[in-house]
Amino acid sequence: MADEVILLDFYCSMFGMRVRIALAEKGIEYEYKEEENLLDNKSSLLLEMNPVHKKIPVLIHNGKPVCESLIIVQYIDEVWKDNNSPILLPSDPYKRAQARFWADFVDKKLYDAGRRIWKEKGEEQEATKKDLIETLKLLEGELGDEPYFGGDNFGFLDVALIAYYSWFHAYETCGNFSIEEHCPKLIAWAKRCMEKESVSKSLADPNKVYDFVLILKKKYGVE
Amino acid sequence: MATSNLKLLGMWACPYVNRAQFALKIKSIEYEFIEENPYNRSDILVTSNPFYKKIPVLIHGDKPICESLIIVQYVDDNWATGPSTLPSDAYDRALARFWAAYISDKWYPSPKLLREAQVEDEKTPLTEKISAGLLLLEEAFVKCSKGKPYFGGDNIGYLDIVLGSSLAWLKVTEIVVGIKLLDQDKIPTLSGWADRFCSDEDVKDVLPETEKLLELHEKIQAFVRDGSK
Repeated sequence: MADEVILLDFYCSMFGMRVRIALAEKGIEYEYKEEENLLDNKSSLLLEMNPVHKKIPVLIHNGKPVCESLIIVQYIDEVWKDNNSPILLPSDPYKRAQARFWADFVDKKLYDAGRRIWKEKGEEQEATKKDLIETLKLLEGELGDEPYFGGDNFGFLDVALIAYYSWFHAYETCGNFSIEEHCPKLIAWAKRCMEKESVSKSLADPNKVYDFVLILKKKYGVE
Repeated sequence: MATSNLKLLGMWACPYVNRAQFALKIKSIEYEFIEENPYNRSDILVTSNPFYKKIPVLIHGDKPICESLIIVQYVDDNWATGPSTLPSDAYDRALARFWAAYISDKWYPSPKLLREAQVEDEKTPLTEKISAGLLLLEEAFVKCSKGKPYFGGDNIGYLDIVLGSSLAWLKVTEIVVGIKLLDQDKIPTLSGWADRFCSDEDVKDVLPETEKLLELHEKIQAFVRDGSK
C-alpha cells in the first residue's frame, strides 16, 4: 500500500522548513498544505490534527498526525531508513545525544533571541543582538573544521539549524548588523548546505521572510 | 562496567535528576552519584555543563551528557540490558516524545509555581492549568498504554519516567496548598497509574520521600522569606 504523507505547514516557518528538508533528503513524496491564514484563522484540519498546541508543522502519515518539528524529523529518519537514503541521526549513542542537545540548544537560545530582535529597540535590542551572536559563535565552535555538524555528512543538527538561515536576513535588517562579520565559518557552512537541493528547495526566500516579519511587527504594534 | 566510569551529577530532590536515576535503575546500570549543592556549583559541573551549568549531568568516561530527556534516551541507546525505555514502533515513539515535551515544557513548571505562590489570586489559574493538563495526560495515557499498566505498556518506559518524576513534588504541592490535584474521581486512570508507578520496586529506591521533600520545601521557603526581609 502506498504511503499517504501530508505536511501541514507555513511557508516562512523555520520549523516547517526542517520537515521539508528531511522529506526531501529521504526522497519522500508528499502533499504540501499551506496554512494560508495561520495567524488569524487556523484550518479545521490543523485544529483536529494538533489540538494540544494548534501549531504547524504537522506531518500526517496514513492519517496519523506527528507534531513538533524535531520529533517529526526523527520520525521520518526512523520510518524511512531502508530506502538507501541518508540517515540523519548519528548511529553512535553519544554523537546522537550531542546532536539532540545542540538541536534543543538552538531552539532554546536562537529562537528566543530571534523572536525578540524584531520587537525590541535601543539597549534592549543591543543586548539581544549580543545574545544571538554569542549563540551563533557557540554553534560555530561546535562545527569546528568539519563540513557539516554531522561530520562528513549532512545530518540532524544541520537540518535543525539551517532552517534558521532563511531568517538571518530579517534578523540582520531589524538589528542592523551582519552575522557573517561575526561568524564567517557558520555562514560558509550555511552556503555549503544551500548547495544541496533538499535545502535550497525547502528554505523560504529570505526577502519573503522579512516581509512576513513586517506583517508581524504591524500585528504586534512594533514600529 | 566499573562504577567510576559512570558518574551522575545530581541532587536527591531534583525531579530531573530522578529521571536519569530511573533510567539507570531500570537497566540495572551501576554508577557513582555525586551530590551537588545547587547553591554552590562544583568545578566538575561547570566544566561538564558549561552552557547551562545545571544538573543532571551524566559523565560516561570523559563524555558529559546533559539535559534529562537526552540522558534518558542516551541510556536507552547505549545499554541493551533490559527492555527498551522507548516504544519499538516509530509512531508510538513519536507520541511518547511529543507527550514528554508537553509534560516538560508546558506542565512541569506549574506545580512548583503553585507551591511557591504567595498570593491567592495566583493559585486559582495555576490549579486550573495543572488540572487541565492532567486531564489531557489521562487521555494520553489511555492512548499510549493500550490497556496495559504503564505508558510504556507492560513495563515502565520513557513517558512513565518523565511524568513519574513529578509525582513526589506533586504530593508536596497538594499538601502545601490543601488541594487534591491527582484526584481519583476526576482522573481515575492516571491516579491508578500514579499509585502503580510509586509502588514499583525500582521507583521506590529513587523517588524521594514526601516528608523529606516537605521539610526541604519549608527550609527553602524560610530562606526566601528571611532573604526578602
